[in-house]
Parts: sequence; C-alpha cells; structure tokens
Amino acid sequence: MITTMDQIFVLLQHWIVGFLPAFVQPFAAVLLSVVVIICLFPALFALAVWMERKGLGRMQNRLGPNRVGPFGLLQPIADGIKSLTKEDIVPLSADTPVHFLAPLLLVVAAFMGFAVLPMGRNMVLVDMDAGLLFFFAMGASTEVSVFMAGWSSRNKYSLLGAMRAVAQMISYEVVLLLSSVAVVMISGSMSLTKIVEAQNHYTWGMPHWYIFTPWGLAGFVMYAIAATAETNRSPFDLPEGESELVAGYHTEYSGFKFALFFLGEYLAMFSISGLGTTLFLGGWSAPFAFLEWVPSWIWFFSKLMMSIFVFIWMRGTLPRLRQDQLMNFAWKFVLPFTLLNLMVTALWRFMGEGWERWVVCSAILAVVWVVMGRVEMRSEHFGPRSYRYAE
Amino acid sequence: MTVVFYLIATLTLAGGLAAVLLKHLVHCALAVTVAFGGLALLFLSLDAQFAGFAQILVYIGAVAILIVFAILLTRGSELPKDGVFSRTWLVGLAIAAGVFSVLGWAVLESAQSLPQQSAVPAVTVHDIGNALVGRYVLPLEIVALLLTAATIGAVIVALHEKDGAQ
Repeated sequence: MITTMDQIFVLLQHWIVGFLPAFVQPFAAVLLSVVVIICLFPALFALAVWMERKGLGRMQNRLGPNRVGPFGLLQPIADGIKSLTKEDIVPLSADTPVHFLAPLLLVVAAFMGFAVLPMGRNMVLVDMDAGLLFFFAMGASTEVSVFMAGWSSRNKYSLLGAMRAVAQMISYEVVLLLSSVAVVMISGSMSLTKIVEAQNHYTWGMPHWYIFTPWGLAGFVMYAIAATAETNRSPFDLPEGESELVAGYHTEYSGFKFALFFLGEYLAMFSISGLGTTLFLGGWSAPFAFLEWVPSWIWFFSKLMMSIFVFIWMRGTLPRLRQDQLMNFAWKFVLPFTLLNLMVTALWRFMGEGWERWVVCSAILAVVWVVMGRVEMRSEHFGPRSYRYAE
Repeated sequence: MTVVFYLIATLTLAGGLAAVLLKHLVHCALAVTVAFGGLALLFLSLDAQFAGFAQILVYIGAVAILIVFAILLTRGSELPKDGVFSRTWLVGLAIAAGVFSVLGWAVLESAQSLPQQSAVPAVTVHDIGNALVGRYVLPLEIVALLLTAATIGAVIVALHEKDGAQ
C-alpha cells in the first residue's frame, strides 16, 4: 500500500500507456509526462498567485482578494479570463516578429527545466547524465528572450528594464552555478536523481541532506540569494521596479502575452526552487526516517511550496535594492564567499570522516562571513550618492 | 537520424546566413543565436551531451548576450545610411571560400586516416570530468590562468576613471 501510494503516478502512467500498441508506448509515455508537467505547473502557478496576493495582503494588514469564490480562491480563473479577453496591443514601432516570439521563448525555456527535476521516487521525465548542466543551459536561454522583449518594444523603460535584467541575471548566474558545483563535488555526479539518492540516508533518524553540513548551509544561502536575483524577485526586482520603470521589459505587453510573462516568472521560481530542493534539501526524501511512509512526491511538492512561501515572505518584508548595491553585493560579497565555499567543500571532501572537519569547515566559513561583512560595512558610505551623469 | 540532421543543418545554415544578410545589427545577433542553438542541437544529436549543453550555456547564455550588449553600448543598433554591405564583399567571399575549402579538405582527409570505429564511443560527463582534472589538468590550469588574467585586465581597463565616483 505504501509503495503503491509512493509510485501512484508511475503506475497510472504505465496503466494508461498499457492500452496502446507496443510501438507507440515509449513515445506515449513521454508525451503523457509532458502533458502532466504542462498542466500541473500552471495550476500551481494559479495557486501561488492566490497565495501571494493573500499572503502579501495579510502582511500589509489588508484582506487581499475575497470576492471571487470562497476566500477569493477562484481569483486566478477570473484573472485568466480577463487576460484572455483583453486586447493584444502591439506598439506601432515595435519589431513585430521579435515582440511576438519573446514571451513564447521565455515560457518554453522556463518549462524545459522541469524535464530533469526528480519530483518523486522514479518520477523524472529524462534522467540525464548532465541534468544539472541542462537545467542551467535552459536557464541561461531565458536571458535572450528577456532582452528580445525589452529591445523589440521600442520603449526606453522596456530597454532599461531588459538591460538591468540581463546584467543582473548574468552576474548572479555565476553564483548560482558555483554554489551548485559544491554539491557536484561531494556527490560526484551531475545527474539530479543521483544527487537526491546520495542525500537519502539517515543517521539516528536524521537525514543526510547537504544543508546540514557547513559547506551545504553556506552554499544554500548563496544559492537562495542568487535564485532570488535570477528570478527577478524582491528585493532584487529592479528590472521591473514599478516606481521607476513602469514594468520593465514587459511594459509594452498586454493581454495574454503579459500573462505569459507572468507565467514564465512563476515557472522560473518553481523550477529554481525545485532545483534548490533537489540539491540541498534532499529532493523527495523525507525529513525524518520515521516519516518515510509518506509518499515521496508529497515531500517534494511541500518543500517546493515552502520555498515559494519564503519568496513571498521576503517580498513582503524587504525593501528593493539600488542597482549599484545589487552589483556590489553580487561581485564583492556573494561571489568571493561562494568561491571560498568551493575551497571549503574540497577540504571537507579530503579531511575524511570525523568531527574535525565539522569544526574546521564551520570555523573558516563563520570567520570569513563575519570579517567580510564587517569590512564591507566599513567601506560603505551612508551619505548622499554621487552621480556621474545626472547632476 | 538523417532527417533530423538535415532539419538541424537547415536551421543552423539559415541562422548563419540570416546573421550575414539581415540589415539590422540586433537582428543579426539574434540570428547568430539561432545558429548557435542549431550547433548545440547537432552536438546533442551526436550524443555529446556535455558539448551540447555547454554550447547552449556559453554561447546562447553568455556570448550572444555579450554581442547584444556590445551592439547596444556602441550605438551600432541604428541603421547606417549607406547600407550595411561592404564594398569589398568579393574579396571577403574569396577568403571565406578559401578557408572553407581548406577546412573541408582537412576534414575529408582526416576521415580516411582515422581508424574506422563501428561502435559509438560512450563518453559520459563523468569521464570528461575525470579527464579534465586528471590527464588534462595542466592545460585546464593554463586556460584558467589566462582567463583570470583577461578578467583582471578588463577590470583595470574599466577602472580608468577618476576615483570617488560610484
């Protein structure tokens, strides 16, 4: 019974595919999984939007959506109908083909990342040898579509937003990659299923997740910062800073194309949270040994939604950074610390089992964290900003 | 296999041709991106996962963006009045044909001198990683040093402004 519940989606897929003739079965199995992914994540997107609006409402001491359905639960459907029926406006001077292609490419690239994420035991679409590399390759190709959207709109706010977004995404992608490299160094594989299996062991009922090691904790913090910046979420949401840029690179989009950008942003959030879960939080493995009877996919999706909640929480809490602060933070604090974390990971690997490596690695990371923070704070001038071009 | 190959080859060639023939520089950059994507697909259809994904990550994720930034920051995105085609296109064509014939000759010759392999060698990312930090560690370190030097050089060039400004 426990195994059946754990494997229910795999069994369902086999059952449905079993009705088809043998030569289409492999193709049908893949097609079925793709359809499920394409239906499931937009549904989660609707739920997450409702969660975000309700949660932000509570944090700002207001009610949030409460008119459509119980607790405003049907609000996403109303939003969807609204964006479908709105007029699709394309600016007269816009570059029409590029303007049309940009949202499509963004959503396609955002969907691709889910292909390699293990969402439960045996629940992965393609178990690639280079799964992690595939994920980052797909993440990197969203930058081009963001640029296409901003440039083709022929609007200075769009272009500024796109340039900000691309600069920010390139800067933080380095950190994202390097913090994941630490995991690859320890697990010795770029296949995401193998990384999850390497963490799926228990000592005294506690899991061997990478976040419970010094280098894993540091790597996870850096990964979380970079992931927030990579998905353009607050406090790193300068590319769409509404007080200065209207809406950034999607200013000139309306109707369903705008909805596609919105969808792409949330899909990127889901996939990057899913990757963080897989790399540092044990993927689909249970948090305690005695909870292993709960189906694996429940764990994966609860961890995913917890990460989404943290994203929303941060948006409700932190003010937006300034562009120079953003760049300084990336290149002068996060990147050096991630590089140091790589060294510490290598040290951890070669010190062997025992308590010494816990003490040494934690001490190095803690000391550098404090010292670097102090030094950076000292050199920070809290005065009026000097402008180079606008005075 | 062959149908897929011809589809990808057509895409790549179309991207490359568009990059040369289109008038607007940003369009050319986007067409180059298509050609890069086609090359990555070619690698993937040859079961070279690492090369394919690295191609996407480096060329589409970084090089294409770099080209676009260079175009926008140097005001090259405006259309020049006297056309984009150089007057010495005939010489360019001759040089391109020469380079192409030499490369094609080299590839065709080397195909005969190499031993015929019937089975496709299965090279995993794991093997590539081991080779990079094992047998080829010195070239890797030299490349790393070179890139670090280039980065520092770029920072020094960019630093050449009066200090005090943020």
